Amino acid sequence: MTSRHDTAAPPAKGGAAPGRPPAGDTAQAERKRARLSRRWQRDMRWSPYAFISPFFLLFLAFGLFPLIYTGWASLHTVELTAPTDMTWVGLRNYTRIFDDEFFWNAARNTLTIGVISTVPQLLMAMGIAHILNYKLRGSTFYRVVMLAPYATSIAAASLVFVLLFGRDYGMINWVLNLVGIDNVDWQNGHWSSQFAVSSIIIWRWTGYNALIYLAAMQAIPQDLYESAALDGASRWRQFVHVTLPSLRPTILFTVVVSTIGASQVFGEPLLFDANKGASGGSQHQFQTLGLYLYEQGWINQHLGRASAIAWTMFLILIVIGLVNSLISRRLRASS
Amino acid sequence: MTSTLTKPPADPVPTPPRRARRAKAGRAGGQLHAGPLAYGILALLTVVSLFPLVWTAIAASRDNQRLAQTPPPFWFGANLFDKLQIAWVDANLGEAFLNTTLVAGTSALTIVFLSTIAGFAFAKLRFKGRNALLLIVIGTMTVPPQLSIIPLYMMVAKLDWSDQLQAVILPSLVNAFGVFFMRQYLLQALPDEIIEAARVDGASSWRVVWHVVFPVARPAMAVLGMLMFVQAWNDFLWPFLVLTQNGSPTVQVALAGLGRGYTPDQALIMAGALLGTLPLLLVFAVFGKQIVGGIMQGAVKG
Repeated sequence: MTSRHDTAAPPAKGGAAPGRPPAGDTAQAERKRARLSRRWQRDMRWSPYAFISPFFLLFLAFGLFPLIYTGWASLHTVELTAPTDMTWVGLRNYTRIFDDEFFWNAARNTLTIGVISTVPQLLMAMGIAHILNYKLRGSTFYRVVMLAPYATSIAAASLVFVLLFGRDYGMINWVLNLVGIDNVDWQNGHWSSQFAVSSIIIWRWTGYNALIYLAAMQAIPQDLYESAALDGASRWRQFVHVTLPSLRPTILFTVVVSTIGASQVFGEPLLFDANKGASGGSQHQFQTLGLYLYEQGWINQHLGRASAIAWTMFLILIVIGLVNSLISRRLRASS
Repeated sequence: MTSTLTKPPADPVPTPPRRARRAKAGRAGGQLHAGPLAYGILALLTVVSLFPLVWTAIAASRDNQRLAQTPPPFWFGANLFDKLQIAWVDANLGEAFLNTTLVAGTSALTIVFLSTIAGFAFAKLRFKGRNALLLIVIGTMTVPPQLSIIPLYMMVAKLDWSDQLQAVILPSLVNAFGVFFMRQYLLQALPDEIIEAARVDGASSWRVVWHVVFPVARPAMAVLGMLMFVQAWNDFLWPFLVLTQNGSPTVQVALAGLGRGYTPDQALIMAGALLGTLPLLLVFAVFGKQIVGGIMQGAVKG
């Protein structure tokens, strides 16, 4: 990285500039100019591709090729111990996982954990953004504080929450006792464990999403509010009829990103498990698809089956994406 | 003036006239001054955000007997430094810190460099297929990384890279968000006239990048670098898969290892979690404002 400041006008190279012919048009100078001009054209034509090619090469190697190869591997038997030996089995990996009750269990858990972590998170983020959008003293302080959980790693956050959600001596049950609620067995209950796992996700990501909404709110032109106010719209109606429609693209963006994130939840349930296994609790009560994939691939050592799970997740995401765009198109058409 | 009035980093005009600034602030601050209710909610949210972090330190300063009592401890005990020391040694955190810094630093620097040149091309250069290629870049943001881990794992096994840091670094260099972020920034922050002036003076594209684009993009590069560093530092799944045996874990993998065992020492685990979080919290304390600005900037124009 350069540290120069006088860069607005880089030093001219005498004579090298096209369109400024050197004095004395000899044949030699003419050839030199033609050569420079050719080099210039090559530069103009190809350097954009040179600038973007590293990204695309890396994406081919570490994004697209693995994506396709996962699909290919999902049609084979591949063992973790010998990842290069592949035997063709067609769709058997898929039928195997669809017959496995734990796959459907994991799919249900992923859905419910996704919903109870994403919906409150985005609603709260919207409310927080609205408050941060007021004229505030120390607004920067609040923004930084809201983002602090984002800087905390999955590992650290999960380990702390395991303690806070402890059954006998955890802080949360202690508080619940104060208001007269009996100890909840957060790790072993079905809904309680899913709620606990979701709360880790909510804690880490709400502030981040609030800042994204805040940024979008600040970009809404003030005259929209003024004319709405002139028409006698209340503060709430202004929010519903001005703020929300203006935020629609941003909301869609956060929904898509959160959905992708929710489909892959892995570290939180892994570390929330007291036995630190991949089963997601003693009754698989909080095993997500991400954990199920890990269990099949790295504990049971069936990489082919894990690939089938990965591709199934991908297909589900594509379907969700299509439904999403369909709904938003409907909404746009009707409004 | 409150900080909402400060110039957003993407503003193409270096110092906007006062009136424009005030108009912008009016729009941003919008309607009302916050009342006591708003401040009350914010105070509550501050507690919720920070409490788990503070309590990590409290738990780390206690011993297991105290942690297994009600009510749970609300204030520091005497063991903090002992526990930190033991956790440091037990989880081999010194080496883990070194490894994580290396991984996060390399990937952040590379991503920033590659994103800046690619973002510049997409923002300011004309070439065939630009819009289609940009769409592909944005599209890659929606491909879940989890889909690639199995072939990547096979690649790593084949190359005999397991437990080696390049296995973590290389796949983390693909970053569409970075390209998009830099494009949005340069679209506004880099006036076409400067590039044309450099061109007229005979600068090649690389010279333009070096002497014009990089200096102009420096604030955005710094923000992107910090965001990518945070992301790489906190990455869990992939390092967990490839760095498990006994080579060189990252901090996150080392932390996950702390939680194992039949009678885990909770205070020790908390000490490890605290140590693993502290460097990033320090970065946040110092550069928090810039990072917040960066996230908001990436969001509006995104």
